[in-house]
This record gives sequence, structure tokens and C-alpha cells, in this order.
Amino acid sequence: MTEPATEFPPPKILTLSPAHKPILITQGAEGRLYKTPSPFQPNKFCALKYRPPKPYRHPILDARLTKARISSEAKVLDRCYREGVPVPAVLAKDAAAGWMMIEWIEGEPVRVGINTWLGERPEDDAVVDSNQEDETALIDLMKRIGVAVGALHRTGVVHGDLTTSNMMLRPWAEDGLPNGNGSNSEKAKAVAGDVVVIDFGLAMQSQSDEDRAVDLYVLERAFASTHPRAERLFHHILDSYREAFKKAPSVLNKLEDVRMRGRKRSMLG
Amino acid sequence: MSKRPAATETCDPATTSKRPKPPSSVTMALERIQLEHIPPNYRVYGALFRDVSNASFLQTQLLSRNPEFEYAFIDASTIVSRAHLLAAVWNAVYTSIEGNLRTPNVHSEVVASLNTNNNIADGYRRWGITPDKTKDLAVIKILTSSETLPDAEQEKEAEKVWTHLTAQIQGRPAELTNQELAQVTDWQKVRKYYKLNGVPVLDQTKDEVEKRKKMESLAIMGMALRGL
Ligand SMILES: Nc1ncnc2c1ncn2[C@@H]1O[C@H](COP(=O)(O)OP(=O)(O)OP(=O)(O)O)[C@@H](O)[C@H]1O
Ligand SMILES: [Mg+2]
Repeated sequence: MTEPATEFPPPKILTLSPAHKPILITQGAEGRLYKTPSPFQPNKFCALKYRPPKPYRHPILDARLTKARISSEAKVLDRCYREGVPVPAVLAKDAAAGWMMIEWIEGEPVRVGINTWLGERPEDDAVVDSNQEDETALIDLMKRIGVAVGALHRTGVVHGDLTTSNMMLRPWAEDGLPNGNGSNSEKAKAVAGDVVVIDFGLAMQSQSDEDRAVDLYVLERAFASTHPRAERLFHHILDSYREAFKKAPSVLNKLEDVRMRGRKRSMLG
Repeated sequence: MSKRPAATETCDPATTSKRPKPPSSVTMALERIQLEHIPPNYRVYGALFRDVSNASFLQTQLLSRNPEFEYAFIDASTIVSRAHLLAAVWNAVYTSIEGNLRTPNVHSEVVASLNTNNNIADGYRRWGITPDKTKDLAVIKILTSSETLPDAEQEKEAEKVWTHLTAQIQGRPAELTNQELAQVTDWQKVRKYYKLNGVPVLDQTKDEVEKRKKMESLAIMGMALRGL
């Protein structure tokens, strides 16, 4: 096996100083994400999002596309941050070189938190623990997701790839943790924290009910396939979305249409 | 400088403020600033001068391109925090490495980097040293050599810079800490320059410490998105 570092040489920016080895977090189709020290904040990390050149694209077109995508993602982050939507702040960027650095969000993706909460029970145990008290923490997380998505849509941004992997759970300060005892509080810890939305690579500005409904539909489908055993709790996300966002009712009406189209499409094969 | 142990050469403001008072503050106030993702043959020094009385003379040296005055002189009242200033310094060094300077040199680039648009003259006017107006001055000196400088050489270099600065600047030397900077920030200016008035996230934030952190982030973001 070759070293990943040999297969994917890091961008030049990460080779300027020999002092640190960047950590490759993900290698996607479009880009890579590294964890690396913040350039100017001591003892802090940042996430460096890098879109390497695509050898199969014409170089001039490729450079233009990369630059536009980095700039667009940075612009959306700025807009969301200003409006109070919980997103990482942008620290620096060189769109022509294909990278931007954003604030490192501590914690795990929401996907991991929910799966930890659900535990390792067999797949066919379709019903989440029927103990009402036990479910409170998870339902609470669902509500926070709905609030975050509502805030996002209120600013006139649709995400384009809403999944529980594209949301982080930033831990609360220790005293913010719900107290309790035994495994119940351990489980609750897994779903504690502020929901921070990340990965605006496919985001765009839109105020249309249709676009917003598609955003919710993508989340609904992703949620059902990632967390089938919590699917019956998904409506809590929509409920809190409705409460958080004034224009939610017409979006949720549209969501019915979008679901219908989705079903038809899957029936046609 | 020579007596300072290497471990205190950090840009952590907490550590900086805990540093024991030096016998002569004049020899100790120039700090070697550590930045990440720049080559080791780049050295960044910084200091703060309070109650400066000869801003007019200093600006004249810059305008006449006096080669002895290759510094970034920044009006400290426009600075939110240490990280805000260092973001501009880092950007200037990076831009210089990439060969993409938009201004005559890396020092003027520091000042221009504080701007949220590409108007360079506007950047100098707002963030640079201004006769009669600048009272508190942040100074940045960036030096490079083809090789990484041995410690002894680097200390000599820093002492030389410091001797020159203290001879030329009429003001009280201070350190570039968040604490010192907070005493001189002109929030009205900062809010105007970084378009922070009426920004929802600031209105939503009640805690003053949190609010400052957000203003810092917004200023840095404004710089990162310059021209977009
Ligand atoms: N700011 C951040 N702080 C901490 N972790 C992050 C941050 N941004 C991303 N990550 C981690 O890296 C993973 C990938 O990041 P991201 O989703 O932005 O990239 P991507 O899916 O490759 O992007 P794209 O869909 O635009 O190609 C995330 O799922 C998350 O685990
Ligand atoms: Mg992603």
C-alpha cells in the first residue's frame, strides 16, 4: 500500500512550514478537508477545504470553476454567520489556489451523535426505546436541527446537501450538560451540543418554497437511510422548523408535492 | 532579548501577560510572533506604542520611502484583537510568498490586508498611521533571509529593530496583547470599517465577551472575503 500522502500530495499552503503535518479528514469527489493549526490563532485548529485541480477538465475552465466554488461557499458562510445561523467562520482563503480555511468546530457530526444514542441494537428493533424519559434528549436534538434549518432558510440560503453528516454537534460547556445518572445521562451526552451547519459546497441563495422543500426532502431521505431506527422521530425536525420559521407552512405544503414526485420517480424505477 | 527562554516566544496572549517584568522594558517589548504555515526563514516582529506624539514624522518617513522605515505602521484604534491584526500579517506574508503583492511591499500589504475592499489608498487612510490622529501605534516588522537564521543572529536582528523603533517613535512601548489592544480600540470606527452596525448576530449576542469574539470573526471574515 502506498501512503495516502503520496497519493494525494497536500496543497502548497500546507507545505510552507515543516512544523506541522496536516491531518486529512475526508477525501471526497470534489475536495479534501484537512485539520491543521490556525495560521494566526495560537492553540487553535482550522479546517482547510481544498479543491485540487481536475486533470480531466480544461485547465482554464477548471481554474475558473474552482475559484467560483470556493468564493461562493465563503460568501454563503459569511452571510449565514452575520445572520446568526450557526456556521464556522471563514479565516482565510485563496480561491485561485483552491482553498479556504474555516474555524474548526469541535465535536462530532450529528450523524455520529445520533448513532451513538441509538446504540448497537439490531436493525429490526425499529422502534426507538419506548421509555419517554429516555427519548427526551434525542427529540431535543431533532428540535435544534429544525431551528438551525429554519434559521438557514430565513436568511435566504438553501444548503443543497442537508444530511446529519453536514451538521456538527459542538459540545456545550460542562455545566450546560443535562444532569442525570447512569447510562441515561451518558446517552444524553452523545446528542448534547449546539448544531452547527457545515459544507456549503452546494448551497445557493434562494427564497423559493420549492428549493426549501427540496432541502427538507433531501434531509428527510438522508435521515431515513442513515438512522432508520429514528425515522419515526423525524417529524420533530419539521415541527420545530415550523415554529422557527415564519414561512414554513408554505414550504411544508410544497414538501408534500416533492415527496409525491419522489415516490412516483422511485416507482418508475 | 537574549535572556528570554524560547518557551515564552509564543503568541499566546495569556502567556505573554504572565511574562515576568523585564529589568528594562525597552529591551523586551519587541516580540517575535509565531505564525503557522509560513516558512521558517520568515520572521515577524511586533510591538505596540501607546500615546505616540510623532505620528506625522513617522508617516513622512513612509511616504518618502525611507528604506530605514520598512515597517507596517497600523493605527491600533482600528484593531479588534491580536488575532485580527495577525490575520492581516499572515495574509501579507502569504501573499508575498505567492508573489501576489498588490502593494509595493509586504509591510504596506499588511495595512491593505486589513481592508474589506481592494481600494489600497482607502486602506492606508483608514488602518495606516495618520498625522495628528494616530495615538496608539501597532508596529510589524517582517524579515526574511535565504536560510533560517540561527538564534543568536535572530536576537541580534531583533535588538537592532528594537533600537531603531525606540529611537524613532515617541511613545510608550507596550506589548501586543488583547488586554492592551482592548484599551485602544475605537469601536465606532471598527463598526463602520467592518460594516458591523445592524448585523443580526451581534444584536442577538448579549454577552460582551462573546460579542467581541464575533466582531473579531466578522472583521477577519470581511478581510478574507475582500472584494467579493
Ligand atoms: N469546520 C469544521 N470543523 C470540524 N470538522 C469539519 C469542519 N468542516 C468539515 N468537517 C469535517 O469534514 C467532513 C467533510 O467536510 P465537508 O462536508 O465540508 O466536505 P465535503 O463533503 O468533501 O464537501 P463538498 O460536498 O463541498 O465536496 C465533515 O463531514 C466533517 O466531519
Ligand atoms: Mg460533506
